[in-house]
Amino acid sequence: MAKELKLMKGNEAIAESAIRAGVDGYFGYPITPQSEVLEHLMIENPVEKTGMVVLQAESETASINMVYAGAACGKKVMTSSSSPGISLMQEGLSYIAGAELPAVVVNVVRGGPGLGTIQPSQADYFQTTKGGGHGDYRLITLAPASVQEMYDFVQLAFDLAFKYRNPAIILSDGMIGQVMEKVVIDDYKPRWTDEYIAKTFPWAAVGKPASRNHNIITSLELDSAKQEQININIQKKYKVCEEKEVRYEMINCEDAEYLFVAYGSSARICQKTIELARAEGIKVGLFRPITLWPFPSKQLKEAAKNVKGILSVEMNAGQMIEDVKLATECRVKAEHFGRYGGMIPDPNEILVALKKQIM
Amino acid sequence: MTREEIIKPENLVYRRTPVLTDNIMHYCPGCGHGTIHRLIAEVIEEMGIQDKTIGISPVGCSVLAYNYFDVDFVEAAHGRAPACGTAIKRLNPDKYVFTYQGDGDLAAIGTAETIHACNRGENITMIFVNNAIYGMTGGQMAPTTLLGMKTATCPYGRTVEANGYPLKITELIAQLPGTYYVTRQAVFTPAHVRKCKKAIRQAFENQNLKKGVSFVEVVSNCNSNWKMTATKANQWLEENMLPFYPLGDLKTPEK
Ligand SMILES: Cc1ncc(C[n+]2csc(CCOP(=O)(O)OP(=O)(O)O)c2C)c(N)n1
Ligand code: SF4
Ligand SMILES: [Mg+2]
Repeated sequence: MAKELKLMKGNEAIAESAIRAGVDGYFGYPITPQSEVLEHLMIENPVEKTGMVVLQAESETASINMVYAGAACGKKVMTSSSSPGISLMQEGLSYIAGAELPAVVVNVVRGGPGLGTIQPSQADYFQTTKGGGHGDYRLITLAPASVQEMYDFVQLAFDLAFKYRNPAIILSDGMIGQVMEKVVIDDYKPRWTDEYIAKTFPWAAVGKPASRNHNIITSLELDSAKQEQININIQKKYKVCEEKEVRYEMINCEDAEYLFVAYGSSARICQKTIELARAEGIKVGLFRPITLWPFPSKQLKEAAKNVKGILSVEMNAGQMIEDVKLATECRVKAEHFGRYGGMIPDPNEILVALKKQIM
Repeated sequence: MTREEIIKPENLVYRRTPVLTDNIMHYCPGCGHGTIHRLIAEVIEEMGIQDKTIGISPVGCSVLAYNYFDVDFVEAAHGRAPACGTAIKRLNPDKYVFTYQGDGDLAAIGTAETIHACNRGENITMIFVNNAIYGMTGGQMAPTTLLGMKTATCPYGRTVEANGYPLKITELIAQLPGTYYVTRQAVFTPAHVRKCKKAIRQAFENQNLKKGVSFVEVVSNCNSNWKMTATKANQWLEENMLPFYPLGDLKTPEK
């Protein structure tokens, strides 16, 4: 496959990756700091390249329901938004999870609550990893820390979404969405044919041939015993996902006495702090969860065995710290350091926090 | 004559279309939903498009419509059927796509989705069952509830002061250039049933033209929540609903 190198924004990488991954449809609504996704798609006009449908919907409520219905037909469909828009999508996400459909959502997070700010934030960690919408469901959550990962995770998110028939979400933020970096991009992959979809996804609503029963896509089951069984099956699927799909990265951890746990933009900043710390002789490493759900609990527990303390660095008021404490069973000191409301932590202030809170 | 002698193909004047499943409908006896389902199913059979049709059911009494139509079906969240229809049709332009919605679904919680799908001129068929009440949830006020009409949430009758006016959403969407065919029908007499079926057929056939939304409102009843017998409900419909929601075409394709 021919590889090409391109300089692009994180948001553009999402759009470009979607076209090249053979996505069938994108439905979205403008919101800062992610509007470039829809804009780039409109400029590229992929309907002429791959046949991909791109539509500006009337709201995020509409976009997520378009995604729900597109997924119901076995199509590769996605949307993207930023925090307030993702809040509007919670209904649809719950339906997609309930009907066990594959779909990809991108959240380029901005500061909240409310209209908040357009600056980067990680304050949607709880909403993304703990639910957000109603009912017992999970979102497979990927946290990119570079523009390259924005690009790569689109394909990965679709692979996981289809493997588990569950929505997958790329939890990014305004910094990774807006920053420009070099990206290795792929050739255009053709979209799936209707024949392939009908054969590979026998559940899809594609029009009923005489040879099979009608396919029904629904999240409704009024018989509680049956509804419980549906829930049990979904939870079984989540167990497998927790066993198999955990992704994480460890940097400078071999000799580390202290550990930063951070994802996305915070993880990037922590890498700079590690340089500063090590120059002073402080042995600190980084544990970066790449999947926020499933959270790399076992791996973090293992990594925490050899350290004196953990600082969970987040662009929020303390959300992932709860998973860090659960993972490490509070056997090692674990504290949270965060800037929020759109403020980005400075590598130096993280070092100060490490010294003050952990050392 | 024996039963076998009577039921001979040459004597057959009516049969249930195979596009309806064998499942027993949960609708109250006398309710319009069942009749409207049958008409849609017959149209699908007669057009020979069972394998090319994707239906979208709403949240409302017809939420389980997917159990009765023997076609592929997607159950939408409350009010979102037009957004679902938009995506399904755009991703599968060679399929016949129809939404089936009640008044609460289409004209209250889903107003934005309705107006924008109509305004974009999505090439779909929308069936709108207006019974002036929230049937499924036990008879609360709908956007289409008539002034003076008593419901569970306007127990002393709907007033303009408290609740505003009944919404003529069909008149509203007929104004939009994205709608191609807009009509209001009913199914409370055999004559109305036959007319309504013609309209539904037209609304499905229009999808071949790719000219925008074809919209069929069916003024229907909810005898259970109107707290009337089926016969009384149909009489009430004729006397009260039709003067406010007059039957006929609101927008016909220019010939
Ligand atoms: C988001 C949401 N809000 C409320 C409900 C409860 N609910 C179910 S059906 C319904 C009203 C349906 O009325 P209508 O669309 O007129 O259909 P009908 O039952 O009269 O055919 C409501 C409010 C719901 N299911 N989802
Ligand atoms: S409650 Fe009303 S709308 Fe629902 S099935 Fe009964 S009569 Fe029909
Ligand atoms: Mg109703």
